[in-house]
Amino acid sequence: MKNFKIPLFAYIGLLILGLALQFGLNAYIQILILQILMFSIAAMSLNLVNGFTGQFSLGHAGFMAVGAYTSAYLSQLLPGFLETTHVFGFFIFSVIAGLFASFFGYVVGLPSLRLKGDYLAIVTLGFGEILRVVLLNIEPLGGARGISGIVPYPEFGFLDRFWVSFAYISFWFLVCLFFLWRITRSRYGRQFMSVREDEVAALSLGLSTTKIKVSSFVIASFFAGVAGSIYAHLISIVTPTVFGFLMSVNIVVMVVLGGMGSFTGSIIAAAFVTVMPELLRSVQSVTGYDLRMIIFSLGLILIMIFKPNGLFGDKELPYFLSKLKRKKV
Amino acid sequence: MQDLIQHLINGLSLGSIYALIALGYTMVYGVLQLINFAHSDIYMMGAFASYYVSRWFNFEAHPGIVTLCMALLASMTACALIGVAVERFAYRPLRGSPKINILITAIGVSLFLQFGAQLIFGPNPKAFPTLIEDVALIETEFIVLKSLEVTVFVITLLALGVLHFLVYKTKFGKSMRAVSHNINTASVLGINVNKVIVLTFIVGSALAGVGSVLVGLKYPKIEPLMGVMIGLKGFVAAVFGGIGNMTGAVIGAMIMGLSEEFVVAYLSSTLRDALAFGLLIGILIWKPSGLLGKNTVEKV
Repeated sequence: MKNFKIPLFAYIGLLILGLALQFGLNAYIQILILQILMFSIAAMSLNLVNGFTGQFSLGHAGFMAVGAYTSAYLSQLLPGFLETTHVFGFFIFSVIAGLFASFFGYVVGLPSLRLKGDYLAIVTLGFGEILRVVLLNIEPLGGARGISGIVPYPEFGFLDRFWVSFAYISFWFLVCLFFLWRITRSRYGRQFMSVREDEVAALSLGLSTTKIKVSSFVIASFFAGVAGSIYAHLISIVTPTVFGFLMSVNIVVMVVLGGMGSFTGSIIAAAFVTVMPELLRSVQSVTGYDLRMIIFSLGLILIMIFKPNGLFGDKELPYFLSKLKRKKV
Repeated sequence: MQDLIQHLINGLSLGSIYALIALGYTMVYGVLQLINFAHSDIYMMGAFASYYVSRWFNFEAHPGIVTLCMALLASMTACALIGVAVERFAYRPLRGSPKINILITAIGVSLFLQFGAQLIFGPNPKAFPTLIEDVALIETEFIVLKSLEVTVFVITLLALGVLHFLVYKTKFGKSMRAVSHNINTASVLGINVNKVIVLTFIVGSALAGVGSVLVGLKYPKIEPLMGVMIGLKGFVAAVFGGIGNMTGAVIGAMIMGLSEEFVVAYLSSTLRDALAFGLLIGILIWKPSGLLGKNTVEKV
């Protein structure tokens, strides 16, 4: 029970925060906050692969698509199930979506992770593209129209839809954060970092690097699937095109900007990357051009040249807080 | 039978275009061990360069060999310049940093070129001018040999010949092979590594420029995102043949082109893009080093 004290308190804190947000903010900002939480889950899980295991995946949105379509298809297939089971139904769907996505992660990861080098990048890139083409051609999944009218999160007494969504998403957010946090600080998780630091040394210590890389990739795919399932119920519509290369790159930017190897960094970067385009809308109305993606890509290059470690490097937020405190004393 | 020969010709001409793209990937990978994601967008820029040059000088009024050569020259120059700029401003500052950082930079450059092109040229497709008339040169009951296909094939062969001469008969080629063999030893032996890398980018990008004009002739529609899919296929061809190996890249590209043509002809056209991915997965499972790649054992 001791191990769950911090997550539990964090969750209760978040629930109360959600209550404050429900009455204090307008719907536009509320949906942004929910999106930030969702993308944080995706970014943190990608950080496990890119930051901790030192592999490079470019298809995280593809796994989100798998999760989103699973959840959407299930809620279409079993109408009424979500209404009767309330939040548990969503939970079950998310878990199934995650498992399905991690199955795909295994299939994609196994051939490419056996090898050294950047093959994972190109295979995951290809996976995203192929998945889009395949989804466009599967009629039961809606083809190019996608699936719309997916059951949203329910209301609950005086608590409106936002609060329930917030409570549900922040539950997964905390599960993801604490699971990844604990695992990277455990004996098992240190294997990931040993592969990142030196694959040959890890091999010579008797570690099966392929197994380690694949398991890291499978865990990341699971949470990507969960994030996708959240997306489906949050936005209520999934189409093949939204989970394209750009969304994958967005998630990579979150990881890189926050610092590869820092989960809290990923969260802050996810917030930044989600809010930034909204703020830049005002710039667009001045210049008349959509400069957002140019700024994005240029930012990516400049970060890599001038601050290759991102905002936090491989340190977490508590490290900076304690440093700040020490300075004050 | 008649169909078969026709598909063979089409497949070879498609494969030769892939070969031009794949060579750029494989050459840069050879010297830098870097997947140059921006390569496909340099190729796209080449298509636009030749498009605008042809429009300014009204090449369409006089289609023929001379205007084609001028369009090729424009595209090759533009590609080489962009390639050098990308190397100088994005890749060189990162030389020696972890591989993952350089890879992310490459993606950044790729996106920058894509969206820059969308901003400058507009996102709508443009019709590529007809630089050479598409007439049937030989028409028998078995095959129809069109001038376009012949042009594509001849230009590719010429480009490959020039490349072969450059790499195997000149001093630059020798130093490039040395750098790709071992970059540290090469620099100890007095080879200016940076110069060799710049030259490699020039040659690789110019080949992409040739490819872009040929694609423009074959499929006369150009747009800022045209490089994505063909770049992916070119890269798969390079991996298939053994990345870093130039002969392998050409062979891989020919196999790609032929199998794509046959899959579209005899199976289904929706499988066209899935095929490249299948080939990639297949080669990674059965022979990760590629058809002609050497199995390297890493020494510590």
